[in-house]
Amino acid sequence: MQSNLIVAGAKPQKKLKIRGVKRSAFALPYLALSVLFVIVPLFIMLYYAFTDGASGAITGANFVHFFSRPNIMAVMGKSFLVALITTVLCFLLAYPLALVLSSPTFNKKLILVMLFVLPMWISSLLRTYAVKIVLYMLEVSNAWVAVTVGMVYDFFPFMLLPLYSVLSGMDRSLIEASQDLGASALTTLFKVRLPLSLPGIVSGVLMVFMPTVSSFAISDVLGDTSTYMFGNIINQWFANSGGWNIGSAYSLILLVLIAVTVVVANKITKGRTEIGGVL
Amino acid sequence: MKKQVKSALMWTVVGVMLAFMYVPILILIIYSFTDAKALGVWGGFSFALYADLFTNSSILGAFKNSLILAFASAALATVLGTSAAVGIYYLRKWKKTTASFIANITMENAEIVTGVTFMMFFLALRLPYGWTTLIIAHTMITVPYVILSVTPKLAQLNPNLYEAGLDLGASPVKSMLCVVVPQLVPGMLSGFVMAFALSLDDFIVSKFVNGSVETIPVYLYNALAKRGADPTLRALSSVLFVAVLAVLIVLNVVTEKRRKAQFTAK
Repeated sequence: MQSNLIVAGAKPQKKLKIRGVKRSAFALPYLALSVLFVIVPLFIMLYYAFTDGASGAITGANFVHFFSRPNIMAVMGKSFLVALITTVLCFLLAYPLALVLSSPTFNKKLILVMLFVLPMWISSLLRTYAVKIVLYMLEVSNAWVAVTVGMVYDFFPFMLLPLYSVLSGMDRSLIEASQDLGASALTTLFKVRLPLSLPGIVSGVLMVFMPTVSSFAISDVLGDTSTYMFGNIINQWFANSGGWNIGSAYSLILLVLIAVTVVVANKITKGRTEIGGVL
Repeated sequence: MKKQVKSALMWTVVGVMLAFMYVPILILIIYSFTDAKALGVWGGFSFALYADLFTNSSILGAFKNSLILAFASAALATVLGTSAAVGIYYLRKWKKTTASFIANITMENAEIVTGVTFMMFFLALRLPYGWTTLIIAHTMITVPYVILSVTPKLAQLNPNLYEAGLDLGASPVKSMLCVVVPQLVPGMLSGFVMAFALSLDDFIVSKFVNGSVETIPVYLYNALAKRGADPTLRALSSVLFVAVLAVLIVLNVVTEKRRKAQFTAK
């Protein structure tokens, strides 16, 4: 999600050597293990996705399977719809809160921010269980409503955090300038603050949308088979060894979708920072 | 007057959202003190669920497994991640981009996809699912977070420290271990805590490679999604909620105090 964080301040320096070993060589153990334990497994998945489980012959049938089943397409459609609703609701709840928490009245009260972010560190299973009890007491019987509420509750802090950090890092003189130039509070919000919060919005959406599509536990705990997300389908194919080939094809489709969203999001935020630079 | 309205409105937003986040947790904790089987039914005050919890051998076993796994994988991830952060920091151009890309794969990928790729890979290796596969998987998924916490410390590092160590007569290895690494300790510690917390919390990747080793999140998932919630879970969840919140609040307060102390010292 935070693809640019690792590439920190690179500054050309003369290459220092430790007993003839470059300092950069310290990356080798992890990179070698990553190739073995992360990249090779991805190729194994690729192999499963393009072969037939019974004969081992190369085939595209596992992908045809995905695109030719109306019920699978329906699950995909519903997953995206739930993810969209979840993302929008998280944003509508988190943005006003982020505005308040980053305002001058509240920005000294870090303890409040902390209280909102702490649930990120509590197991999503526990939080889903807490939601289950509340929904039961409120007699919410619609599985779709239950799952959506669970998703919003679980992913809310992941939307709030990037919004809060972009808003609290925003130069307040820009807001004052807008007001001095005669803009109303609403105009300032829509013409200054929202456009400048775009990087935060994009990373918030990234941290909510695809994780919702690929989740399976929330639907397992709060919903039923009618509320299956894409993650549930994958989980089911891998439950017995006969389904690994089709499951791999589905996983690969999910992986491609994630890669596309990450690339698109990086493009959007990059364009923005350049515009910001012109300002 | 307008100011007061604005401030009242702001407090309302904060209050409503705090309630949204914490009321479900509070209700769960309240209902852990009654032994009624059904959800949301008050059957009188009782510690029965807690008594069940501390005598339930599969929960206690899962708890022990979770702690051992989190310690082992966070320790490995801290060593590997610190070394990787130093290495990647001094890499240049395409090598740096490639290394950062590799470190990002497990962070960006859906956990379920990471889980199933591990599962298929360990089967191909003929490595039986269990402790070894859990430790390998947890170490690999938490290293990127250690790199994320150590890299900012490297950026703050005085680049001349290493040479100063050499000038004062330390061997290159000694200069690295005794001069540079101590400067990275705060980043390594927060990386360790992060890796520990992530490992303690993970059930998606664990569920695919755990074999017969049950951790707390795997136990919870099986109990909630398959067995149909057993009331003891309310006590277990309450204990975990309170423990995690207490640890996090203490950690945050300590780091905040230290930050302020440093600030005033300057």
